[in-house]
Amino acid sequence: MNKTPLYNRHVALGARIIDFGGWAMPVQYSNVIEEHLTTRKAAGLFDICHMGEIDVGGPGAFDFLQYVLTRDLTGQKAGQMKLAVLANEAGGIMDDLTVYCFGENRYRLVTNAATKDKDLRWLQAVQARRGFPGVEITDRTDDIGKLDLQGPRAEEILQILVPEYLHPLKFYHFMETEVAQVPAVVSRSGYTGEDGFEIYVPSDHVGNIWDRLLRVGVDYGLKPIGLGARDTLRLEAGMMLYGNDMDETVSPYEVVYGWVVDTTKDFIGAAALRQQFGGAVKRKLAGFAMWERGIARHGYQVFKDDREVGVVTSGTYSPTLEKAIGLAFVPPELAKPGTTLDIRIRNNFAAAQVVPLPFHKRERQYVFFNIFI
Amino acid sequence: MSKINPTDRKYTREHEWVIDNGNGTATIGITDHAQELLTDIVFVELPELGKQVRQMETVAVVESVKSVSDVYSPVSGEVTEANLKLEQNPELINEDPYGRGWIAKLRMDNPAELEELMEAAAYEAFIAAEEH
Repeated sequence: MNKTPLYNRHVALGARIIDFGGWAMPVQYSNVIEEHLTTRKAAGLFDICHMGEIDVGGPGAFDFLQYVLTRDLTGQKAGQMKLAVLANEAGGIMDDLTVYCFGENRYRLVTNAATKDKDLRWLQAVQARRGFPGVEITDRTDDIGKLDLQGPRAEEILQILVPEYLHPLKFYHFMETEVAQVPAVVSRSGYTGEDGFEIYVPSDHVGNIWDRLLRVGVDYGLKPIGLGARDTLRLEAGMMLYGNDMDETVSPYEVVYGWVVDTTKDFIGAAALRQQFGGAVKRKLAGFAMWERGIARHGYQVFKDDREVGVVTSGTYSPTLEKAIGLAFVPPELAKPGTTLDIRIRNNFAAAQVVPLPFHKRERQYVFFNIFI
Repeated sequence: MSKINPTDRKYTREHEWVIDNGNGTATIGITDHAQELLTDIVFVELPELGKQVRQMETVAVVESVKSVSDVYSPVSGEVTEANLKLEQNPELINEDPYGRGWIAKLRMDNPAELEELMEAAAYEAFIAAEEH
């Protein structure tokens, strides 16, 4: 199994380690509910070193990414990040990833852990086949360490170790700065539905940064958070997990990724996706909340009027809402909020209702200006 | 560290406990070690009254946020009572696995089955061996 540079720290912290797509990762340090609520109320630190970073640069890099990604990157400025889908010829999702633009023809793709090698081979094959001679594709996964710092207190904590003022950094934007005197890329983004940051540092420094963050974060309630809570946090936020909710047989239009597809440009999968544009899909991913007792899990069957109509892709107990929630593929006409469904849990059927996504939205912190000065 | 496992009952290799109530019935639950492994229990599927189970057949299901685990009946018999408090408060199993976190009561078909199960000391040795 692969180990991140932080593996020994997780073991020392008493984490329970699991195999996550070939990586030995901490699933929990204390327990999932406690870690989940810590992230919602204070802040959590996540070891995300397993995720992939692929640099795409050189003359033609923009054109190359326009050709392999569903998202139109026109207008993406340096310091901006975008969510995109890497699609195959049939329009199926090979990966969902974020694109960091560092300047003209300088990009970094941040991929899922289990898909990184496949993505890399695909990009190289497309380059070889279609000829983008000036483009350099470099796997940076081993030399970049990634930490996610998430939660309402994340900014205060990170600010202690970053010289630049973080507050003006907008959602889905990043800066090249330093964290504890170590060169770093810091974006305001994440996978929890909270305010927070994704932090990229050289992997030989990631251990020190992890230690420093946990130390300065103590007063703010910061704790290390495992993949268990990462999963419940992302699901409450209505975010999908590659391999669970989508794979190569799933189209962006069937899940909530229609908005990252621009069929007016030419890209791999465009022809197939143009035919689905406007909603011609056979199934749709819907959020549901359980009405009756029981927790629906990945793979459970979904019924409507005694007829099997779909399948649960993600399901869990929601620590914030204190009820069971999930995502399921159902026919589009059954994906509307308010629709009732029955989910087979072992030998019983339990009623569920389609609800709008996300399940949980953080409370925005409004700034009130005193106009009576 | 685990709490002390009471010596008034027997234990299975699947981490259930059973106590002979002396009137032909037995009360069952899961051990402190089991609840510790599961951590935050958020759902319990209880057996229906009158359900017949054979020894080491699934009698209930406990779920944590991340996992689903069968509870095997330490003895054969008919379910006479289920701990309905667990429907609202599944965390009782975490808090008090040997007391308020009991799962069900059964009328035993064959009390001699209790003889096949482990005493507390043997169970502790079994856990220690399993962990290494």
